[in-house]
Amino acid sequence: MGLLSDPNRRKALTSLLTRLNTPIWGMPVEWLVKTMQARGLEVFTQSFTRTLPFPDENKERYMVRGTNIYGILRAPRAPRTEALVLSAPCSPDNSNNQAVGLLLGLAQYFRSQIYWAKDIIFLVNEHDLIGMQAWLEGYHHTNITGMDYTPLQGRAGSIQAALSLELSSDVITSLDLVLEGLNGQLPNLDLANLFHAFCQKIGVLCTIQGKLQRGDWDTAEGYTHAVQTMMLMVLKQASGRPWGDHGLFLRYHIEAASVRGINSFRQYKTDATTIGRLLEGMFRKLNNLLERLHQSYFFYLMPSLTHFVSIGYYMPAFGLLATILLLRALDLWVQLGTPAQVTEDGAGEVEPPSSPGVLSVLTPVVISHLTGVALYTLPVLSQETAVEHFPVSETEAVVLTAIAIYTAGLALPHNTHRFISGEGTEQGWRVLKLVALLYLAVLLGCTALINFSLGFILAITLVPAAACVTPHMPKALTALAMVLLSPGCTLLYCVFIFQELQEAPVTLPEGWMLFLSVISQGILDHSLYGSLVYPLLALLIYPCWLLLWNILFWK
Amino acid sequence: MIFLKSSISTRWFWAPSAAPSSAAVSLPDSCEEELLIRPLHSGDIYASFQFRTLWDTDFLHQGKKVSHYRLFPKSLGQVLSKFSVRELHISFTQGYWRTMQWGQPIVPSPPGAELWVWFHNTVADVDGNWKELTNVLSGIFCASLNFIDSTNTVQPSASFKPLGLGNATDHRFLRYATLPREIVCTENLTPWKKLLPCGSKAGLAVLMKSEKLFHSSFHSQAVHIRPVCKDWQCSSTAWELRQTLNVVFDLYTSGQGKKEWSLFKMFSRTLTEACPLASSSKVYVDVTDNPEGELFDLSPATSVLNTAVVLGDRRTYSVYDLTQKETFGQLRSLNLVLRWKGESDMLRPLLHAERYVAGFGLQTGEIHTLIYNNHPYRAFPVLLLDSVPWYLRLYIHTLTVTSKTRENKPSYIHYQPSKDRLRPHLLEMLVQLPPHSVTEVTVQFERALLKWTEYTPDPNHGFYVGSSVISALVPSVVAMDTNNTQERPLFSSFFPTKEESSYFVRVYTEPLLVNLPTPDFSMPYNVICLTCTVVAVGYGSFYNLLTRTFQVEEPSQPLAKRLANVIRRIRGVPLL
Repeated sequence: MGLLSDPNRRKALTSLLTRLNTPIWGMPVEWLVKTMQARGLEVFTQSFTRTLPFPDENKERYMVRGTNIYGILRAPRAPRTEALVLSAPCSPDNSNNQAVGLLLGLAQYFRSQIYWAKDIIFLVNEHDLIGMQAWLEGYHHTNITGMDYTPLQGRAGSIQAALSLELSSDVITSLDLVLEGLNGQLPNLDLANLFHAFCQKIGVLCTIQGKLQRGDWDTAEGYTHAVQTMMLMVLKQASGRPWGDHGLFLRYHIEAASVRGINSFRQYKTDATTIGRLLEGMFRKLNNLLERLHQSYFFYLMPSLTHFVSIGYYMPAFGLLATILLLRALDLWVQLGTPAQVTEDGAGEVEPPSSPGVLSVLTPVVISHLTGVALYTLPVLSQETAVEHFPVSETEAVVLTAIAIYTAGLALPHNTHRFISGEGTEQGWRVLKLVALLYLAVLLGCTALINFSLGFILAITLVPAAACVTPHMPKALTALAMVLLSPGCTLLYCVFIFQELQEAPVTLPEGWMLFLSVISQGILDHSLYGSLVYPLLALLIYPCWLLLWNILFWK
Repeated sequence: MIFLKSSISTRWFWAPSAAPSSAAVSLPDSCEEELLIRPLHSGDIYASFQFRTLWDTDFLHQGKKVSHYRLFPKSLGQVLSKFSVRELHISFTQGYWRTMQWGQPIVPSPPGAELWVWFHNTVADVDGNWKELTNVLSGIFCASLNFIDSTNTVQPSASFKPLGLGNATDHRFLRYATLPREIVCTENLTPWKKLLPCGSKAGLAVLMKSEKLFHSSFHSQAVHIRPVCKDWQCSSTAWELRQTLNVVFDLYTSGQGKKEWSLFKMFSRTLTEACPLASSSKVYVDVTDNPEGELFDLSPATSVLNTAVVLGDRRTYSVYDLTQKETFGQLRSLNLVLRWKGESDMLRPLLHAERYVAGFGLQTGEIHTLIYNNHPYRAFPVLLLDSVPWYLRLYIHTLTVTSKTRENKPSYIHYQPSKDRLRPHLLEMLVQLPPHSVTEVTVQFERALLKWTEYTPDPNHGFYVGSSVISALVPSVVAMDTNNTQERPLFSSFFPTKEESSYFVRVYTEPLLVNLPTPDFSMPYNVICLTCTVVAVGYGSFYNLLTRTFQVEEPSQPLAKRLANVIRRIRGVPLL
């Protein structure tokens, strides 16, 4: 592969990098368009605007206005039916200029080759994920999240695979592969294998989750290292957010991954040429694909780049947890004696003939779901009111409202009892628990099928509580245990564990601030990209937990 | 419909040779060859070969069998007479014509293979003839035309009119099919070259080296057969076989980024002679944008210029006559060299179109067809032909046509619904395009679940939907030009003349690649493995159990017990 082997091309790349490194305000749209055109691409732009529901304090943006630029390399003698995408986010702080420069260099080199069978789209997206969302929605002519964008002028058929390039530092020591996408979706494992194979071939240090692979698998340290890497992947996947620009492609059934240059292993150094060769190799492999990547796994966890845990291994673990719920439900049903009309759809349509009526079961179900709806809608809706009355910013208002509603839900048993006329009976709480158990089992089962990590983490914390809780336990102690095992606290632990695993431990106050920002990011991910974790937690998991809370305080 | 016009707009091209030379009068057949080279504004270069063989014979005459062939290829002649073909158009294209960069092609064609045939109206079993014809053509052209069956054949009612003589309007005798997935390569080029009177031995055809022709951005070869008038009175008809080959060479991959082209660089050959059988052999170079030589240098220079209106635009051509000795000069070979000097902007094509599938997921989707009218002030109608395979179930009630955010009601719609596994959807519409507008045609579809044997060997590649065909009479650029009075007398330009006011254009959109819900085909394999294991283990152990005989084994007594018994026997005590 002769990329940048001749001095002219290398000089051109150097001049590009210098040009991009000069301080500029915003993205140099016109310059990029002209440069891409000079390289023989068909260049198009797309502008978009998006107003966030509340300001994003992590990235400091609220009203986002940007432009995506993309150039299409038309493959010779190809009928515009298939395409590959190479994208590089371009931000105003010039942090990813290396990637944009490399992208342009690659475009120039790719253009003079005859072997392309698929069109290649070189995309420079502004405002990272928001720009990518706008471009993908424009390309597929959908609008899921209410973005304003101009329609695309040029297309290249169905996109087969995509790579996103992020080189944030000047010195690159290794390349990190990011796989976790929106809602915990993963690209086909073959894409990871392809990346690893080429890293091996070219001799580039490659990592996953920023962690190098260790040679010693059988030792305790090696094993711990692999488990840590895998736990990082579980936590990232469970968060349901796209961890790179590739994450949004997965919705459209496009296999995509982010390649991120990192600077953490001082003794190694990788130059842009090597990364270019790596990308060239990967693109030539993808170009030769007859079918989409589909032969390998879509559900896997990776303890290292060379090993994976397939769905056949991890699903039984979850299955055993879910069985506890079902066995417990069976036990309760038998205890309830003869009534056989208990419907098992868990939506609260339970008619136990011997219990004190539908009302005593239906009321907590309805009220806890209403609390869930409040938790889902109120934080964003009431931010202005909150800002007026309290000395907080909009973001803080949203997050604190969410926490307040979450905490207020704990007072639910008192409110519920006000609606129930008579005393709760033994039968009553049993029916309610049966409903709650089946409901939780269905919920967790569905979640684990879509996003295993999320389902598993929720199962670990909710199943013990769900299995044990009765009104006859010591109230204070059990209540404490249940609060500690509630979804909100689970999120808090996950934040700490994640920081610990990333070898960036935080103190308690820092962790708390991180926790708040994670909540705001979750809400933003939902409204910007359609991530389902926040609605799942607020509308389904939290009400389900409230049902269990109700049982504890059953009178 | 007046789409018959298309032949007229390109007829000029052969006009200089229309008057047959004295030698050709005595012979019933003649052939001509031409090469048009057009430098494109993108820096690419477009080479279009045309070979025409004329023969005044009657293949379809009952009882009279044509058996003596001279220039006309016998294989095609026999096909014409056997299947009573009145008109046959077949094209093989690799690549997509980039209208926005290259302008209009001389002969448009969709990616893949396209075949349309008008049968003679005496044919009783059109479908049977069509089936056999496709199989025969498949053999002649070494192509997968045998995959044409009822599921991808349609009978367009308005889009494809005969280009030759005859006033057939009954579309029962028309068959149209495309194979968007057909890959065109040297094995298709070789049989095509063999149909030429000189083969690839002499004349322009020596330039057709496949390693160069397929080192290009676009490659299209076609065969058109039609009846034409023999003379101006049209007292008798002749058969015209027209073979075309269109290639676009890329500036970056073939030209190494230098805007300098020569015959040798394009074809790795130079011209040394004309085809001895040809009555005319010419090379045309489009020098319209280069009247003073400010854009590019052309060498060797020629003083013979030809002006004609082609595709609605007045073009000027430098003509090199290969039958003249002096064309080849001292070196006895002609190597045209084009050197670009300046940059120029291209005129945007007045009509172009694109198509894509919108939406995500494997259940539903939406086909969007965008048709651009870039004419600043004139609206014109276009005929849109869409043939969609049955496994995309079109919801025709969702069909919308919008231009400039307002609904645009088509004045004519011909829709034939699909039948599962039998025939495709056919949708033809006559849509008026407002000036300077984009018209968007959308229709939703649902993806069908195929039977497992119906999937292609590589189902995860996706399934192809052929190009839409847009046929239109486009207002001519010449008519737009108000300052053309220097060239023409004033009295000639008050009313726009019919030929020049509009011209026929056929535009093909890109084909679509649609993914259908595909089962995991490794699953049957797993099932087979699992079943075999279960059967082997189960059968093995059952067989073992059933055929084994079980016997109760007498345990031998331990040594101590035997010793004790011996002692007891001696003592006369009962044994243990």
